[in-house]
Amino acid sequence: MSDLGWIHGAITAARPQAVGALLRYFRDMDRAEEAFQDACQRALKSWPQKGPPRDPTAWLILVGRNAALDGVRKQSRTTELPPDEQISDLGDAESELAERLDGSHYRDDVLRLLFICCHPDLQPSQQIALALRIVSGLSVAQIARAFLVSEAAMEQRITRAKQRIAKADVPFEAPGAAERAERLAAVAAMIYLLFNEGYSAGNDASRAPLCDEAIRLARLLLRLFQTEPEIMGLAALMLLQQSRLSARFDANGEAILLDDQDRSRWDGKLINEGLALLDKAVRHNRPGPYQIQAAIAAIHGRAASAHETDWAGIEALYLVLERMQPSPVITLNRAVAIAKLHGPEAALELIAPLEQPLSGYFHFFGARGSFLLQLGRNKEARADFDRAIALANTPAEAAHIRHHLDRLMAPSSNA
Amino acid sequence: MLYTVLCYNKEDVVWSWSKEEDDAVMAKLSVVHERLVKEGKLGPSLRLLPTTAATTLRGPGLVIDGPFAETKEQLLGFYVIDVENLDAALAVTKDLSAANPTSTYEVRPIALYVPDARPNAPKEAIKVY
Repeated sequence: MSDLGWIHGAITAARPQAVGALLRYFRDMDRAEEAFQDACQRALKSWPQKGPPRDPTAWLILVGRNAALDGVRKQSRTTELPPDEQISDLGDAESELAERLDGSHYRDDVLRLLFICCHPDLQPSQQIALALRIVSGLSVAQIARAFLVSEAAMEQRITRAKQRIAKADVPFEAPGAAERAERLAAVAAMIYLLFNEGYSAGNDASRAPLCDEAIRLARLLLRLFQTEPEIMGLAALMLLQQSRLSARFDANGEAILLDDQDRSRWDGKLINEGLALLDKAVRHNRPGPYQIQAAIAAIHGRAASAHETDWAGIEALYLVLERMQPSPVITLNRAVAIAKLHGPEAALELIAPLEQPLSGYFHFFGARGSFLLQLGRNKEARADFDRAIALANTPAEAAHIRHHLDRLMAPSSNA
Repeated sequence: MLYTVLCYNKEDVVWSWSKEEDDAVMAKLSVVHERLVKEGKLGPSLRLLPTTAATTLRGPGLVIDGPFAETKEQLLGFYVIDVENLDAALAVTKDLSAANPTSTYEVRPIALYVPDARPNAPKEAIKVY
């Protein structure tokens, strides 16, 4: 890897802790961010010549803090940066200070940063945008591209989120146990939303990094909360879903159903990590929605071929999930398992009451259409597929349904 | 003489590498690996999953989520075991811990395992001391 590649990686990894510590010093998100940017610019100048510091995070915190405190930033537009020796020869001071200043705060700094981004006053779309900007360090342009909005609109969304937080008077003390659990759930939800933004975008290259970023944040959260089974479950769920990435689309970008995917293209490393985390979670005997969903994904991940899938296990897990958090979408998913186990008629019966609540849901009509198709009720199937296409969220979804329609139209099918 | 070579790095950096970056490092390493295989010098080698997937046993009774995090003890040895799942791995580890209760055992899944590549790999334990 090139020098710049290494530096980029080190800065990205250091970012949550460094920005979190700078936020603690300055109690102002913009100042913390600017201080960090300053430190990064100096790192890009200094590290290639001096080699990497022993502790890049501590280096960035110290240099960022000093730069801001000295007011160097204000003058730096007109004056030269101080000589490199002064900022890069931190030596022992760097590691010692960093340890004293930040060792005990590490967990709280990163948590505060995540908690602020998931402040209850913010809408989910603001939470995600802010987390990507502040914690992950994606550029506004990158985030705007991923959310298919203009850069100006995304800039405004982030600015508004920051203003709300400034007004909300966020406490800088570590939250108490009850509040921590509540906020932790909000952070987990934000991370999973972020993942789904990337996952549902299909094969759109500009949105794919969202999944990787969500997994990175989940690993970060997991290091802070090593004994939380739901955080393990969340990480496992995303890893298991992400393992199928390169098998999910064909050369034309069309979605390939789970049953038809080439399982040799699944990423075994991600599957193993997901299964290992799920194993850890299950030992706690405190099941939750992320663990259940991860367990469902794990059944797919373990099946060597589609017809070896343990559909009875999947159906049982969806039933547990349905009881935990009743939702027509979960029932619809259970119907897919029921169709595999007991045939499409049983599935149709199960989803009959769902038409109204899911009348705007692409997958409802896609699924019902294919149950009807299996029963040879082609005319009704076609009507459902037409509705599904009208409700499709991505071109890949629509193309997939059109595929069904094409088969219906083929002369061999007896309509 | 048999040696083990242990690799250390910041896992949050390494596990944030893109697939391309990871592949690039692995490709460079595999040049070295292949040479060692040709020279008959490479025994089993492996890459571990991140410490977030680890579980630690302190004495046979105390199971802790997460990696071994103390700095006072040193790494003294390791096993590779082939078992069904974490529960089975912990069962094995508890037996080891019962036999040697002052040691702590970290159980960490393996991401990549390359078996012994030596031409006449020994089938029996080699006593080296």
